Amino acid sequence: MVKKQSGIVNYPLHSSVKDEPVLIINGRLIDPVNNRDGIYHILIEDGKIKSVSDSIPALSSSIRTIDAKNKWIIPGLMDMHVHLREPGREDKETIATGTQAAAAGGFTSVACMPNTTPALDEESKIRYVIQHGEDCPCKIYPIGAITKGLEGEEIAPMGEMVKAGARAVSDDGKSVAKSNVMRNALNYSKSFNIPVICHCEEAALSQKGHMNEGVVSTRLGIRGIPTIAEEIAVARDLLLAEYTGARVHIAHVSTAGSVRLVRDAKSRGVKVTAETCPHYFTLIDQDVGPYDTNKKMNPPLRTAADREAIIAGLIDGTIDVIASDHAPHVSEEKDVEFDAAAFGVVGLETSVGIVLTYLVDKGFISASDMVEKMSVEPNRIMGLSGGTLSCGAAADVTIIDPQANWIVKPEYFFSKSRNTAFNGFSLKGYAWMTILDGRVVFERNECC
Amino acid sequence: MGLHIQHLLGLEGVSREDITLILDTADSFYEVLQREIKVVPTLRGKTIVNLFYENSTRTRISFELAEKRLSASPLNFSASTSSVNKGETLRDTIQNIEAMKIDMVVVRHFSAGVPFFLTKCTDAVIINAGDGLHEHPTQALLDMMTIRQKLGKLEGLKVAIIGDVFHSRVARSNAWGMSTMGMNVVLCGPPTLLPQHRESIGVPVTDNLEEALDGADVIMPLRLQLERQASGAFPTIREYRDRYGLDLDKLSSLSKRDVLIMHPGPINRGIELASDVADGPNSVILEQVTNGVAVRMAVLYLLGGGENG
Repeated sequence: MVKKQSGIVNYPLHSSVKDEPVLIINGRLIDPVNNRDGIYHILIEDGKIKSVSDSIPALSSSIRTIDAKNKWIIPGLMDMHVHLREPGREDKETIATGTQAAAAGGFTSVACMPNTTPALDEESKIRYVIQHGEDCPCKIYPIGAITKGLEGEEIAPMGEMVKAGARAVSDDGKSVAKSNVMRNALNYSKSFNIPVICHCEEAALSQKGHMNEGVVSTRLGIRGIPTIAEEIAVARDLLLAEYTGARVHIAHVSTAGSVRLVRDAKSRGVKVTAETCPHYFTLIDQDVGPYDTNKKMNPPLRTAADREAIIAGLIDGTIDVIASDHAPHVSEEKDVEFDAAAFGVVGLETSVGIVLTYLVDKGFISASDMVEKMSVEPNRIMGLSGGTLSCGAAADVTIIDPQANWIVKPEYFFSKSRNTAFNGFSLKGYAWMTILDGRVVFERNECC
Repeated sequence: MGLHIQHLLGLEGVSREDITLILDTADSFYEVLQREIKVVPTLRGKTIVNLFYENSTRTRISFELAEKRLSASPLNFSASTSSVNKGETLRDTIQNIEAMKIDMVVVRHFSAGVPFFLTKCTDAVIINAGDGLHEHPTQALLDMMTIRQKLGKLEGLKVAIIGDVFHSRVARSNAWGMSTMGMNVVLCGPPTLLPQHRESIGVPVTDNLEEALDGADVIMPLRLQLERQASGAFPTIREYRDRYGLDLDKLSSLSKRDVLIMHPGPINRGIELASDVADGPNSVILEQVTNGVAVRMAVLYLLGGGENG
C-alpha cells in the first residue's frame, strides 16, 4: 500500500492473493462500445466482468459492494503516451511510481515511450519493461523504437519487439529526419499491423527554439519553435503513410495546421489517427510568461487560435485520442533559466480532471466522447481488447466522481516528479476509484 | 518620491513617471561627472555584484564606474572565472553570492529571463544589463537621455532603429521605453532579421529603409553580428551595406539635416555605419557612452535606496 494525502494505491500487487468478487451498484455506466449509458450494476468475479444488469443481483451480503451513486462507471482509461523513464532516469520516474501515478489518475493501462537510456529498441529491453511492470497497479504496453538508438538511421527490429510485447513503434522526442528511413519503417511496420507513432518536428526549423514562435516569444526574447516545424513533418508523414499504406498515429498535435492536415488526410482515407494532450486545449503561449519552465514542453503551447482548432478537432473526431505525454523531470532540470530547462510536463494525475473541467463540463464533448478518446480509441489503435465493460472482459474499471472539486497539489502526486503545468488549478471531477483485473488498485481520499 | 519598480528587469511596462525620474536623476549625475571630484557618497557601504555571463566591455566598465562614483563596492564575477564551468546552477551561484551579504546584482546573461529568475532566488535588487534577445534597459535609458539632452524633448520625435532587429535587446528596450515616452519608433531591417510576427513589439516594422528614415529625428543602426550571414539571414556583407548600411549618401538625402546618429556599440565600421558618419557632426555616439555612466548611477542610486535630490 502506498498512501498519499490524495488516496491509496495498492502496490505492489500480489497476483497470488485470491480476488474477491466486487459488486458496483447505482453508478452511471458509460460503455460506448456496447451502447450503454445509464444506471447499471456490475458484478466482477475472477477479475472479469461477470454481469451488467439494471437490477441489483441478489447475492450474499458479505460481498464487497461499492456504491457508485452519482458517479460514472467507465472502462479503465488508457494513456497511450507516457514516459516512465526506466531504464536510465529512475531519479525522474520509475515503472513503479509511474504506474502508481497512472492508477491514481484513473488509468488501467499506459503505453510507454522508448526514449529511455538505453532506448527500447530490441526484444530484451521490451521484456525488461514488461517484467518490471508485472506487480504494478497499471498495465504497461511498451512502444518500441522506430530506429536503433532513436538515431534515425537504421530501422529497429520491429518483429522481435512485437513478439516480446511491443504494441507500436515510435522515435518520440524527435522525427525520423530522413524520409527514406521513415518510408522503410512505414513499409516494414505493415507486416505487424502496428501503428507507427509520429513525433512530428522538422528539426532544422525548431532547433534552438524553446517556446512557440510568435508575439510572446518575440516579446520575451525566447527563440521560437514555429508551427510549421510541426506541420511540415505532419504533412510528410501523412504523405508517406498514404504512399506506403502504413498506419500512422500523429502524437501530440498542437497546431491548427496539423489538425487541418489530419482532417484532410482522413477524408482521403489515409490510415491515420491523431492525439492531443490536455495542455494543448487549455493553455497557450501567453501562459508561459514570465518564463515559467513548467509551461515548457515540446511541442510548445501555441496560440488561442490553435487551441480553438484543437478543440474543434476533438469535437469533430479529427483528433481520436487524448494522451498526457507524461514527461517527468527532477526539479533541478526545471528550476533554471528558461533556455536551459528541460522540455515536458507530468500529466497522469491531472488528465482526467482537466478533460472533465475543460471539455466535458464546458459541453465541448460528452462523457461518452471522453471514454472514446481516453479508453476505446487508444485500445483499438494499439490492438488491445480493453476499452469495454462487456461481460467476460477483463474488469479494468475506472469510477469517476464528476462533481468533486479539487485543487492540483503537486506535493500529493504519486509520480516522482512535480513538473505540472496545472499547479494550483481548481478542477471539477477526478478518478475516484481504479479497478484493475477486478482488484481495487486506487481509492481516493474524499478530502482531497 | 521614488521609483515604482523594485528591480530594473526591462522597460516593457515601466511607467512614464519612472523613466522620467531616472532620466532627471541621470541629468543631475551628469553634472557631477563634469566636476573635478566625480564621486558622491550616496551608496557608501553597499556591495554590488556585477554578474556577467556574456562578454561585454563598455556595459561592464560603465556599471563599474557608476558604482565607484557612487562610493559603492563593486564585486566582479564573470562566467569564465567562476564555478559556472563546474556546472553550478544559477540558483546556487546567486545564493552563494548572496550569502556573502550583497545588496544589488547587475546581471548580463545569454538567456532571456535570467534577471527575472534571479528575483525568485534572492532578495537583492536586480538590474538587467542585457538578457539574451530580451531587454537591455540601461542602454535604452542612456539613448533617451542623450536624445533629450541634444533635442530638448522626447515626445513626438521619430526614431529609426535599423538592422538586426530580431536578435536585438536594444531594439526591444528602446521600442518599449521610447513608446512610453511618446516617441515614434520604427524598426527596420531585412525581413530575415525582423520578427516573423511583425506586430510583436508593438511599433511599426518595415524592411524599407527609405520609409524608416523619412522624417526621422534619430537614426540608430544596430551592430550586425557577422555570423548571421553564415546562418543565411542575408547573402553578403556588400548587399547588406548597400541596402541597410548608413553612409554619407543616404544621410545627405534626408530632409532633416540635424538628425542624430546613435549606435549602441561596438560599431562594425563600414558595414552598418560608414566611418565618416560615425565620426561626423551628426554623431552622438561618444556622448551616449558618457551618458551611460550617468544613467547607470541614476538607476543604482534610485533602486539602491538612495533618496532623490
